[in-house]
Amino acid sequence: MSAPTTTDPALIRTRDLRLYYGAHEALKHISLDLPERQITAFIGPSGCGKSTLLRCYNRMNDLIDNVRITGGIEIAGQDIHSREVDVIELRKQVGMVFQKSNPFPKTIYENVAYAPRLHGTRNRGELDAIVEKSLTQSALWDEVKDRLHTSALALSGGQQQRLCIARAIAIQPHILLMDEPASALDPIATARIEELVLELKKTFTIVIVTHNMQQAARISDLTAFFYLGELIEFGPTRKIFTNPSQKRTEDYVTGRFG
Amino acid sequence: MSTHHESELSQLKDQILTMASLARQAVTSAVRALVDQDEALATRVKQGDRELNRLEIEVDDMAVVQLSKAPLARDLRFIIVSMKLGHDLERIGDEAAGIAKQALKLFAEPPLKPYVDIPRMAEMAVDMLNDSIQAFIANDTALARSVLRRDKDVNALHKQLQRELITFMLEAPPNITRCLALLQIAKRIERVADHATNIAEESVFLYEGRDIRHGGDTEQR
Repeated sequence: MSAPTTTDPALIRTRDLRLYYGAHEALKHISLDLPERQITAFIGPSGCGKSTLLRCYNRMNDLIDNVRITGGIEIAGQDIHSREVDVIELRKQVGMVFQKSNPFPKTIYENVAYAPRLHGTRNRGELDAIVEKSLTQSALWDEVKDRLHTSALALSGGQQQRLCIARAIAIQPHILLMDEPASALDPIATARIEELVLELKKTFTIVIVTHNMQQAARISDLTAFFYLGELIEFGPTRKIFTNPSQKRTEDYVTGRFG
Repeated sequence: MSTHHESELSQLKDQILTMASLARQAVTSAVRALVDQDEALATRVKQGDRELNRLEIEVDDMAVVQLSKAPLARDLRFIIVSMKLGHDLERIGDEAAGIAKQALKLFAEPPLKPYVDIPRMAEMAVDMLNDSIQAFIANDTALARSVLRRDKDVNALHKQLQRELITFMLEAPPNITRCLALLQIAKRIERVADHATNIAEESVFLYEGRDIRHGGDTEQR
């Protein structure tokens, strides 16, 4: 997959996407375009399909039995379901950060160096540079530079999550998918992650799933609201949280749902 | 689901309605005191704006507590609008007290002429206030827009009254003190209409999410 061109404002195009878990239709003809170097928040009640859609973008759902997908997703003009697409290469371009931080039981250094090494970087100096750059980008460098070779598991929850972000960006993806990256963190660690996400936006296109409406309001440029597998409303975050067009969106963001 | 939350918002609304009722009563009584030369009533109105001052602070307190809960969409707009309405209604109370104060001054001398335009203007302003509050209560943005249109009528009447009072002053300098008091009263009534207009604009913002202040309404006015 080639690097995205800036002339194409929609980096990720989703067209009439349907996803079935067996007979259950979990995503119902979803169409939306996500622009480059913007933060898009996916919101909606549990089970609405937002995480399922997020996982479509790096074909993580391939790993689940019984999943059938119709419709298309193009990233930088390339159909990600086409035969020519190497899934490993796709996931290199589309990184992911999960709700619960999941560092490898290795040193801080090894966590970050792992993927670049896997993708062929062997030179120690190069790896050192990647580790420093990634940890700096994830705002963790100053806190860990003196203990790079100690266990990642000794870090605090917020630090572990920033390490996972460093690990995801070490191979310079174009897109970062984040599935509730701050939901298990205290407000201070959450604020740091949010600050970091806003910083990363300069380099990456970010899609973030969150249950925290205020978080979506604080950090995202665009917001998509999903309900029962449908995309109900998609638009500028400012509009969704101050004056949404759809009553279901209004009810959800004001907490009057269900 | 969020019944507790909703009941807190409805308390805020009740507080605004209490303020609206006091503000309306204050303006009506101030003008009646003037027309009827009722010194006791004018004195009561002059002192009565304390309650509105207190309620304004209470509304702001309640709103700040609600804002700390990070409301969104219509809830967010409702709280912002409540704070603004509280301010406008408190100011209407100030205008009423000011009218009463000038009325008390006027009682020292015989009336310059029978009061016709001032009560009429006050009636228009109070009607605007009633309708803007009704628009706020009942999600009636058409009614709110009708309030905006009527502000022009009040302004026109105000101008006419100004011209008339200036003529009186030119004719006879002994009229000047009374004319100045009446000019102040007219100005204060005109302000009441302006505050009613603000309330109407805020009601449109509340229900449509659209800011129509300063002529920014794309719908016909």
